[in-house]
Amino acid sequence: MTTLTVPTEQIEATRTVQRNLFRDTVIVMRRELKPVLHDPFSLIFGMIQPLVFLALFGPLLAGSLGGSLDGGVWQWFVPSILVMTTLFGTSATGSNLLMEFQTGAHERMLVTPLSRSSLLIGRALKEMVPLFGQAVIVIAVMVPFGFDLHLGGAIVGLALLAVFGVGLGSFSYALAIVVRKQDWMFWVVQQTFLFPLMILSGMLLPLETGPEWMRIASKFNPLSYLVDAERTLFAGDVTSSAVLWGWIAGLVTVALGLTVGIRTMLRSAD
Amino acid sequence: MISTRELAKDFVVSRTETVHAVRGISLEVEPGELVAVLGPNGAGKTTTLRMLTTLIAPTSGTAKVAGYDVSTNPGQVRRQIGYVGQGNGAGHSQRVRDELYGQGVIYGLDSRSAKLRSDELIESLELGDLARRKVSELSGGQRRRLDVAMGLVHAPGLLFLDEPSTGLDPQNRANLWDHILRMREQYSMTIVLTTHYLDEADSMAERVVVVDHGEVIADDTADALKAKLAGDLLLLTVAPGNLAGTAELAGQLLGAREVVAEGDQVSVRVANGPVALPELISAAQRTGVPVAAAQVIRPTLDDVFLNLTGRSLREADSTGKAAA
Repeated sequence: MTTLTVPTEQIEATRTVQRNLFRDTVIVMRRELKPVLHDPFSLIFGMIQPLVFLALFGPLLAGSLGGSLDGGVWQWFVPSILVMTTLFGTSATGSNLLMEFQTGAHERMLVTPLSRSSLLIGRALKEMVPLFGQAVIVIAVMVPFGFDLHLGGAIVGLALLAVFGVGLGSFSYALAIVVRKQDWMFWVVQQTFLFPLMILSGMLLPLETGPEWMRIASKFNPLSYLVDAERTLFAGDVTSSAVLWGWIAGLVTVALGLTVGIRTMLRSAD
Repeated sequence: MISTRELAKDFVVSRTETVHAVRGISLEVEPGELVAVLGPNGAGKTTTLRMLTTLIAPTSGTAKVAGYDVSTNPGQVRRQIGYVGQGNGAGHSQRVRDELYGQGVIYGLDSRSAKLRSDELIESLELGDLARRKVSELSGGQRRRLDVAMGLVHAPGLLFLDEPSTGLDPQNRANLWDHILRMREQYSMTIVLTTHYLDEADSMAERVVVVDHGEVIADDTADALKAKLAGDLLLLTVAPGNLAGTAELAGQLLGAREVVAEGDQVSVRVANGPVALPELISAAQRTGVPVAAAQVIRPTLDDVFLNLTGRSLREADSTGKAAA
């Protein structure tokens, strides 16, 4: 039989560590990232996914509307791809959670002293880490094709994406909790929201040429403001009002997302 | 360590239906106790445990756990306790050692002590060869040992175990219990567990709290419960024709009840079987009744439950709804 050598007092002492949201969020995020890092195969595939989309959709876009887009097709489309990757990644956050719900890992974490919001923020930010890698790859690949990099704007743009991503991730998390007893519902609901939001934001195709009702509908879509802000930021303009609207949309999304997410989580053990 | 007063939990199923999962449980647990909460599925064991571990809020009543109120100070309660739920605490896509280490960090251990602690638990719970494996690749018994290790990383003073050995084969159950009892000794932990295994509550716990329909219906040591609420069963096989006479003698024993004469056998329940049996045999012999065979059957906790509720725990199990 082995004897344990760590004296219990030492553990008592370290247990009084100052808890804060930042530390908790980092713990949750690192835990979520571990399986990804242990599986380089999926990591590499995830990294090149936006490139595939860029390579297949970009030329079509250039062919049909190339001349009419501000600053050329890549300046217009690269920010879209980054928003799209954020959207797909963070809105799927809840599916990881569903698995942990069923196994009991989520319950175990609810009994630990981790703050509730760190469970939401850490999981959503985990989706943002590969996004930063993807952004670097996409930009590096597109610069030779005439994509103009404005570093300051790009950094602010990624920060804005992260804020949005946390909001979306929290909604996704709440959705997972609500549908936990019929888990197939998760993807049904997620996609029902995802595609209209995506199309009505002018992310893939400009809405200027679309019917009036679509343009009106896009005004109520927070994602439209995000897409506009990202395009403006990646064009190097950090002070435009479009950027301000983007931040407002991002902060409202994150505030609503966290409120809904935490409320849902507090009832999740019932 | 634990003090609850009239703790209750209702689940609103629909507008017209409310399930009273727990109906006013008052319970005191002293430091160092090992308490088993026993009852059929749906009795409210798990719901009670989930309230004590801050997972769900009580509908009414109060509970103090490790010195803090679960409703007003759940954060402090969470720091003081360890919890092993019915599911697997370790994420299936994670590696064994990563999860143990991470659990240590969550509870505030620095990187070095978290590593040290995980390695020690890996060794003492015999998870050594599995440390770098993914949790999903582990067998049921290995996974359960890991769950217990997860609950012990921060050396809590109070450990909750929700049906720790459900689904394990007898050998794995015995092995898990060896580990739990050894850890308890090392850390002088208070342990509260739920179980629907009668033999487990009987052999492991120093105190058994029997719960049914959301209420505590008995609370004592297993031996005291059995003596008070069930008693020993005497079985006497006698030559044909002597049944009625023997039954009469049996009825005169101290505290005799449930005298049944059937076939060639008389059965009777008494408080102290080993003392009553020789009495009964010699009484039979004095009246010239030859005794062919005699037996004392010690009661089980199932007999206790049967006496308390009129149903067998096993039957209650099969007809009961899934634990809320």
